[in-house]
Amino acid sequence: MISLTSPVETRAHGWPAGVKLALLCAATVVLFAVQDLALHAGFLLVTTLLYALPGLAFLRAGAGRLWVLWPFVVLILLWHLLTGDGPAGLLIVLRMITAVALANLVTMTTGLTDMMGVVRWLTTPLRWMGIGTQGIELAMALVIRFTPVLAAKGQALVLAWRARSVRRPGWRVIVPFAVTAIDDAEHVAEALRARGGI
Amino acid sequence: MERSVALVAVFAALIAALGLVPNLMLASGVPITAQSLGVMLCGTVLGAKRGGMAVLLFVVLVALGLPLLAGGRGGLGVFASPTVGFIIGFPIAAFTAGFVMEQTRNLPVGWAAGIAAAIGGILVLYSFGMIGFMMMLQKSFAEAFVVLGWYIPGDVIKVVLAGLITAALARARPASVLSRL
Repeated sequence: MISLTSPVETRAHGWPAGVKLALLCAATVVLFAVQDLALHAGFLLVTTLLYALPGLAFLRAGAGRLWVLWPFVVLILLWHLLTGDGPAGLLIVLRMITAVALANLVTMTTGLTDMMGVVRWLTTPLRWMGIGTQGIELAMALVIRFTPVLAAKGQALVLAWRARSVRRPGWRVIVPFAVTAIDDAEHVAEALRARGGI
Repeated sequence: MERSVALVAVFAALIAALGLVPNLMLASGVPITAQSLGVMLCGTVLGAKRGGMAVLLFVVLVALGLPLLAGGRGGLGVFASPTVGFIIGFPIAAFTAGFVMEQTRNLPVGWAAGIAAAIGGILVLYSFGMIGFMMMLQKSFAEAFVVLGWYIPGDVIKVVLAGLITAALARARPASVLSRL
């Protein structure tokens, strides 16, 4: 499966994931503490510059990922214009865009393996307490492998429905879909046990 | 242990797959993303602990940067957006649904699942969703309700479906409906 990491290699791809996450946390705290409109405009400008540094393709990909926020931008601006408090609305919108853009920036410059490393580090205390965490890592790998498999099986069920009915596939497809998923899980469990278990 | 891990992982994948298969569920022409139905089913089928774990696994993988949310969304940006409350509330909603399911063993499966899905998937999930929305956009409870309340009727349909689907699964694979074992 394709992760959301950017194929454009940036310098930040090489930085430790933990450092990037810590910086993101700090930046988000600052964003929510500052209440000055001019400063927020500055933050957004700096964020845009960060996106522009690796090149136009990276900037365009980053902007594309912010597109999902447009209903909120319209909603907030309209609401605040109606209540006569435009600057406050603009501040909320600027902060929202900057916060999401910075978080996306970390995701775009950090590979899945590095992120998994962070999870492994975060679960270290569990291992000290004697709780095995191999199950967590195995489960994560299984989800990544199973998502496309289940999506394909779901598509097959929709096609099977279409071949037999003139009506559009409805919720009833989900029952065999879930049954297939349960059967797959039982097979995987059996296979894991046969290979020595977890 | 192996069975728990496999079921948890496969149900997490099921939530993702329900978001990836478009037009899978069109109830009388109303397009509904089936993803929150997947969250409800995790609770009603797997029970509190495993259901909550399955959804938590899904949310962690979204945070790590996999595009598992409906429309191919994912990554840390989701956790900075106004809908963050819903994604944080997902595992707790599934846990609550599973907990209610386990406490209502004397009710028929379908009814119990419907009640569990309503409490977990609407009451608990919307509480978190509203708080997140209010915090991220500095809005009052009433303002948040006006915006998010539009989605509740769609979720009521999903609650009914969660009841029907859980009942069907309890007939088809009774040994795998862990919330009733």
